[in-house]
Amino acid sequence: MTIVERLATTTKNRQKSRQNRFVPLAGVLVGAAVIVVLTYTLPPFRNYQLATIGAYLCVTAGLTVLTGLNGQLSLGHGALMATGAYTLALWQDRFNLLLPGIVLAVVVTTLAGGVIGLAAARLRGPYLAGLTLAVAVVVPSITSTFDNTFNSDQGLSVALNPPPGVIPVEQWQVWICWAGALLTVLFLAYLVRGRFGRDMRAVRDDETAAKLAGVGVARTQVLAFVVSAACAGLSGALFAVLAQSVSPGAFPLTLSLFLVMAIVIGGLGRLTGALIGAFLLVALPSVAQSIAEDAGSQHLEGNLALTFFGVVLVVVMLAAPGGLASMKFPRKIRKQKGQE
Amino acid sequence: MSNAGDLLKVEGLTAGYGAAPVLHEVTLSVGAGRIVAVLGANGAGKTTLLRTLSGLLPLAAGRVMFDGLDLRGVKVEKMVRHGIAHVPEGRGVVTELTVDENLRLGGLWRKPREPLDEIYDLFPALAQRKNHLGHQLSGGERQMLAIGRALAAKPRLLLLDEPSLGLAPKITSQIMGLLRDLRDRTGLAVLLVEQNVRSALSIADEGIVLNLGRIAAREKADKLADDADLRHAYLGF
Amino acid sequence: MDRFLYLTFDGLSRGAVYAAFALALVLIWRAARIVNFAQGAMAVATAYVGYSVASATGSYWLGFVVAIAGGLVLGAVVERVVMRFVDHSSPLNGVVVALGLVLIIQGVLGMIYGNDYRPAEAPFSRDAFQIGGVTLLSRFDLFVFGAVGAVVVLLTLLFTRTSTGLRMRAAAFAPDVSRLLGVPVGGMLTLGWALAAAVGSLAGMLVIPTELGLHPNAMDLLFISAFTAAVLGGLDSPVGAVVGGLVVGLLLTYVSGYLGANVAPMAVLILLVVVLLSRPDGLFSKAKARTA
Ligand SMILES: Nc1ncnc2c1ncn2[C@@H]1O[C@H](COP(=O)(O)OP(=O)(O)OP(=O)(O)O)[C@@H](O)[C@H]1O
Ligand SMILES: [Mg+2]
Repeated sequence: MTIVERLATTTKNRQKSRQNRFVPLAGVLVGAAVIVVLTYTLPPFRNYQLATIGAYLCVTAGLTVLTGLNGQLSLGHGALMATGAYTLALWQDRFNLLLPGIVLAVVVTTLAGGVIGLAAARLRGPYLAGLTLAVAVVVPSITSTFDNTFNSDQGLSVALNPPPGVIPVEQWQVWICWAGALLTVLFLAYLVRGRFGRDMRAVRDDETAAKLAGVGVARTQVLAFVVSAACAGLSGALFAVLAQSVSPGAFPLTLSLFLVMAIVIGGLGRLTGALIGAFLLVALPSVAQSIAEDAGSQHLEGNLALTFFGVVLVVVMLAAPGGLASMKFPRKIRKQKGQE
Repeated sequence: MSNAGDLLKVEGLTAGYGAAPVLHEVTLSVGAGRIVAVLGANGAGKTTLLRTLSGLLPLAAGRVMFDGLDLRGVKVEKMVRHGIAHVPEGRGVVTELTVDENLRLGGLWRKPREPLDEIYDLFPALAQRKNHLGHQLSGGERQMLAIGRALAAKPRLLLLDEPSLGLAPKITSQIMGLLRDLRDRTGLAVLLVEQNVRSALSIADEGIVLNLGRIAAREKADKLADDADLRHAYLGF
Repeated sequence: MDRFLYLTFDGLSRGAVYAAFALALVLIWRAARIVNFAQGAMAVATAYVGYSVASATGSYWLGFVVAIAGGLVLGAVVERVVMRFVDHSSPLNGVVVALGLVLIIQGVLGMIYGNDYRPAEAPFSRDAFQIGGVTLLSRFDLFVFGAVGAVVVLLTLLFTRTSTGLRMRAAAFAPDVSRLLGVPVGGMLTLGWALAAAVGSLAGMLVIPTELGLHPNAMDLLFISAFTAAVLGGLDSPVGAVVGGLVVGLLLTYVSGYLGANVAPMAVLILLVVVLLSRPDGLFSKAKARTA
């Protein structure tokens, strides 16, 4: 497609998207209603899992926008989640005001993401992957170097007020996590529909062409990283609320790899894909866990899920012709096929 | 013009990149010790023809026989063992390797390996630059290196894609002279793709004109050079 | 001053291991334009196998040989079965597939061996002996220098003196032309992966006894350090990998020695950032590789 054709299609898409303007809002409202109803019917443990899905959804949604729409692969989002989680823990220790604490966690992680994003905008492919991997690996080292603040491997506990009224704590957690998740999704959905989304895709597809079309390449990339970092920070804060503690062990390198797997399986660059990914991140380990328990093997625990994720990731990557590229925008591909 | 003793026999060759073929039912033959020039406009399919013959592109239909051997299914990396050397368009010198390494690469498959003296005698310019890297060579030197490397494999058939590309007329005629010599001396067969019609026809025994992937004419070289209509129609001079 | 000398030798010994591992990364990068993010996990896997053999037979050296040979096999299998089928239109594809391999390998290792640290004996004493009244080196350090030195020499000979080395280089630089010249390009690629993985396994066998022991994640930090070393040297340059490895080894040891071991990983991160932002093509690379 030439640039002119591409611009023409985006204009067309924009007209269409004007009609679809309310789709994300409607989807999120329906989602919220379903979640609220679910919380009254599910047993506490299921509610806890549901809440975890919500917390994961924040970060997978942000990551799928970064990788799928902007073409930047980050292996460091686990570390960004840790940033949000530790910020909230430290805040709660002093003030115990959850909502401002979560906002602060997002702000701090956004700043951290901005720093990484500035470096990331100058790097490509394996170089960016290597740098973000280093960020993910370095978390335990930071917590033990500044152990007065972070209390090294033990980590910190997160002070939380009991839920208002007589609501069970798990239900309260679902509400908090999914409020965050749905707001994130809503925000991202409108963001990618607008000019920023178009710029991100243009940069991903062809940097030179994007530059010629007047898109600020570096600016777009940094912004994309910042946005997805903010989502990761929120997710980390929510995990802190869920576990009521934070420690480096909760944010290992494996977590960052799981996130990549989740967005690839769900369909890169799609928010529904991020939801599928978040669901699998909770469901698969749970299934693996029960298999391990049945088999009575301690070694299987955790490792079965790890292996399974790895196999799925490799198979999906090899089976999809064109690899990651073919997973971007399946919607559009379908439409093109329909026209032929 | 085809006869039983032909080294390369191509019948009904159809090939290209993906769905729509570029070459349609091309039939030609090259006898041992003969030079056949393949001429045609840009995009006529000359490079595609050579790439198909050496196995870089798959055959959609037709048959390629080399010295009685069906080349379908012979892997690219085995072609040189059967005696086919292909000098690709744009020279294909490995620029990160030295001149000597490039030449050695040409004869690597032969056992026992022979010294490269013969090649250096043919191209004294290369002998002086033995240890220079490929990207330090001039265009003409690279072309000599690419041809020298192909000759180091001791082929029976040489597929040459635009050896004169970007070269001064003097060097072009040197290379043409060399090809003629080799043919006369060693019985080498050459399928020579050229834009430089005059110099190609000056050494060729036979000329083939490709047009839009089909053979438009096939003549003795001198006849082709004299056929004003053909020249105007396909070769543009 | 004595401490500085001691740290310097310790750093060189550590750096030699990083150099070997970085060399393995560079080998694959040159051959396939893939940064093998699974290399750490692959090396751990072969180390587990090596130590299993060692404890079953009572012979460390048999285990050592099995680990290296296992690296050859694993490298070849990974290339033949997985990497060969990766779509190369985007460099991210190779990275993501390698990450999938990391998950698989770590998961399988955990299932077989569990996730506790297992002791890994060193073949030689790790107690430093004194030279002229100064504590400098251990026998194990000497073994490290010898082993890595041998690898560097052998690889140099392979690539500069043998026809196989010439074929491998040609196949990496110009695959299509090489095939026309009769070079089995696919085979050379497999060989490159096998050699690189074996070198990675060697690095694993050299580093694991000096750290906490065998663990599925034992090489995560080493991977980052070696990646930094390789980037420092320029991903395309074997010489750069060796020099980069020594530099990173020295830096890490000084930082650990003077500021504390906890700080070392952050020092690697900072070095990596500085290198990537100031000399993204490394100190030794001629080719422009950053965007590749
Ligand atoms: N890699 C490719 N993929 C798809 N089509 C190709 C490819 N290479 C060439 N073609 C098409 O095949 C046709 C023949 O190309 P070819 O390179 O064989 O021409 P040629 O006769 O060698 O021209 P020239 O004199 O310019 O070298 C052209 O229409 C070209 O567009
Ligand atoms: Mg051509």
